[in-house]
Amino acid sequence: MTTTLLTNARLIDPEAEIADLGSLLMADGKILATGAEAEQAAADHVIDCRGLCLAPGIVDIGVKVCEPGERHKESFGTAGASAAAGGVTTIVTRPDTLPSIDNPETLEFVSRRAREDSPVKVLHMAALTKGRDGREMTEIGFLLDAGAVAFTDCDHVVTNTKVLSRALTYARARGALVIGHIQEPGLSAGACATTGKFAALRGLPAASPMAERMGIDRDISLLEMTGAKYHFDQVTTARALPPLERAKKNGLDVTAGVSIHHLTLNEYDVADYRTFFKVKPPLRSEDDRKAVVEAVASGLIDIISSMHTPQDEESKRLPFEEAASGAVALETLLPAAMRLVHAGDLTLPVLFRALSLNPAKRLGLDCGRLAVGAPADLVLFDPDAPFVLDRFKMKSKSKNTPFDSARMQGKVRATWVNGVQVHGAEF
Amino acid sequence: MSFRQNHLLGIEPLAPDEITAILDLAEDYVALNRSDNKNTDVLRGLTQINMFFENSTRTQSSFEIAGQRLGAHVMNMAMQASSIKKGETLIDTALTLNAMHPDLLVVRHPHSGAVDLLSQKVNCAVLNAGDGRHEHPTQALLDALTIRRAKGRLHRLNIAICGDIAHSRVARSNLLLLHKMENRVKLIGPPTLVPSAFAELGCEVYEDMQEGLKGADVVMMLRLQKERMDGGFIPSEREYYHRYGLDQAKLSLAAEDAIVMHPGPMNRGVEIDGTIADDINRSVIQEQVEMGVAVRMAAMELLARNLQERRAAAA
Repeated sequence: MTTTLLTNARLIDPEAEIADLGSLLMADGKILATGAEAEQAAADHVIDCRGLCLAPGIVDIGVKVCEPGERHKESFGTAGASAAAGGVTTIVTRPDTLPSIDNPETLEFVSRRAREDSPVKVLHMAALTKGRDGREMTEIGFLLDAGAVAFTDCDHVVTNTKVLSRALTYARARGALVIGHIQEPGLSAGACATTGKFAALRGLPAASPMAERMGIDRDISLLEMTGAKYHFDQVTTARALPPLERAKKNGLDVTAGVSIHHLTLNEYDVADYRTFFKVKPPLRSEDDRKAVVEAVASGLIDIISSMHTPQDEESKRLPFEEAASGAVALETLLPAAMRLVHAGDLTLPVLFRALSLNPAKRLGLDCGRLAVGAPADLVLFDPDAPFVLDRFKMKSKSKNTPFDSARMQGKVRATWVNGVQVHGAEF
Repeated sequence: MSFRQNHLLGIEPLAPDEITAILDLAEDYVALNRSDNKNTDVLRGLTQINMFFENSTRTQSSFEIAGQRLGAHVMNMAMQASSIKKGETLIDTALTLNAMHPDLLVVRHPHSGAVDLLSQKVNCAVLNAGDGRHEHPTQALLDALTIRRAKGRLHRLNIAICGDIAHSRVARSNLLLLHKMENRVKLIGPPTLVPSAFAELGCEVYEDMQEGLKGADVVMMLRLQKERMDGGFIPSEREYYHRYGLDQAKLSLAAEDAIVMHPGPMNRGVEIDGTIADDINRSVIQEQVEMGVAVRMAAMELLARNLQERRAAAA
C-alpha cells in the first residue's frame, strides 16, 4: 500500500466548516487520515502544498456531454479533461443529448463511453419522460438498475401535470431523485431575456421572473401531492426563494441548485447582444443575483452547478434571439466561484458545501468530504493566483464561455480522483 | 462639431453634437432635394448595398434614392428570396458581401442586434435600417429633423409617443434621441403594449391617452401591426381605436399648435383618424417622408467621410 501525504495545505472542510492548515494522508484511493494524526504518519510520498487550499473535489450535477449525437461539441474525453482541469472530480451528465438518454440501452452506451474516455468519475442522469417530450414516463426502474442517479427532462418542462404527477409518484416508489426545471413555459415562451430596463432597451423578447416563481409553485404543489424526492435545477430569482424556503420548512424532500453564471453575472453582461451570455433561464437582474448569492450563503440554495453546455461557434454566431443557449463552465466553475469568496459573499467551506458536499449527499455518494474513509477525490488550488482567461486554451471542445478575456483569481493546481492525480504538474 | 462613428447602428451610441451634425447637414440636402438638379457626387465611385431581410417599401426606396442622389452605385438585395432561404447564416452572407468590397451597407433584419453582429464582420460602413424591436436610427433622425423644422427647436418639448411601444424600434430610437436632446417624453398605450419597464428608461408612461396628450407639442403615432390587433395584446381593433386612436377630441387636449407625426404606413381608423392625417395644419406625415431622404443622405455622407479617412490612414 503506497501512502501519500499532502502537507502544509489549507484543508477546506465543508462539514466542519473550517479551513485550517494541516495535512491529509491518502492511500488505496481513500483518505486515511487528516490533521494531527496524518502529520505523524510516515508516508511513501510527501507533497508540500505550500499553503494552497485542498478541498474535496467538485461534484457537478447537470453537465452536458454531447454524446451521443454531437460529439463535435464535446466528448467524454474532452469533458473529462476539462473537469479535471477545473477541479471537478465527479460529473453528473444530462440526458438532453441526441437522441436523449431515455432507455437503458442508451444509458449503457454512454456509461461505456465514459469509462473508456473520462479521467474523472462520471455518473449519468436519465430522462424522466420518453424523448423528453412530457408524454410517457421512462423505464425508471430499469434505468436505475443501469445506473441512472437522477431523472430529468432538463430544460423541457413537463407541462401535463397528470403525466408529471404519475412520474413523480412512480419515482417516489423507486426512491429515485427527480430534477425539474422551474419555469412556466407559456409565460416564458419565445423569451431570451428577463423583463426590465435592459430587455426594453435592447428590444429583446423577455419573460417575467414570475415565470420561475409560477414554476416552483406548481412543482411544490405536485410534491406535496406525491412526496417525491426533488431537486430544482436552477433557482435564479428572488421571487422563487420564499416558496423554496416554505417547502423545506414543511418537510418536503427538496433541494435547490443554481448555475455559476446566475451567481456571477447579470443581464447587463449581455451588453451588445453577446451570445456567449445567452443561457437558460436568461441572466437576471443584479437584485436577483444578489438574492441567490445570499441564499447560497444561508444554505437555502444547496448546490452550485456549472450547467456546462457546449455549443459550437456556428450555434452562437447568430442574432441573439436565434443563437443557442448555454455556456461551457467546467474549467471556469471554481475561478468564477472564487469571485464570490473574494467579494466576501461566501467563505471557502460554504462554497465547497455547495460545490462538493451537498451534491454528493443529494446523490448518496460518499465523496464530497475530507473525511477518513471517503474517496480521495481532491482539488488543490491557489485561491489568489490571478489570470486572464483565454478561451482557446480551455480543454473543452467548445469554447463558448462568457468569461473569455475576463480577469479571474483562483487556479487549480492539481486534481486527484480516487487518489490518482488526473491534473496538474507532477510533484 | 464632428461625427465620429464608423457605423450608424443606433441612436444609443450617438452624442448630442453628432445628432446635430447629421441634422444640420440634412438641412442642406432638403434644399438640394427641392431643387431641379438633385444630384451630387459626394459618394461617387462608392458602392451602396441595401440588404433587407424584412419587407420594406418606404425605407428601402428612401435609402435607394438617397444613395443615387449622392452619386453612389446602389444595389438592392432581396434577402427574403436569397441564400438565407438556403440556410446560409447571417455571418456567411455578410462575409460573401464583404468580399465584393461595398462601401455602405444598409441593413434591415427581423432580429434585434442582428445588424450590430453583421457590422462586426465587414469592413465598410453599416447603416441600421431597423433591427427587430431594437433601433431604427434614421427614422428617429428624420423625425427629429421634422420636429426641429416645425417647432424651431429640438429641446424642452413635450412629446407624446402613442401606440405599440413594446414592439417598436421606432419608439426606442425616438425616445433615446429625444432624451439625449433633453425633451420630456411621454409614452401612451395599453399596458400590454407599453411595458412598465419603459418608466425605468426615464419616460412617463400613460395608460390614459387623454391624460398623456395634455400639453403635448408633438404627437407621434405608431403603427399597430395587424397581427397584434385581435385578442393577443388588445381586445379588438374598435376598442383600441376608441381608447387610443387619435381623433379631434383627443387631439384638442394637446397644445394648440401640436404637430401630428406617423412613421407610416398608417392604418386609418385604427390608430389615427383619416382627417387628422390629411390636415395640413397639423399633420407633418408627408414632410417626414421628405426628411427621410435628406437625413439618409447626410448620414451616408458623414459615414463615407469617416470611412475614407480610415482607409487613408490605413494606407
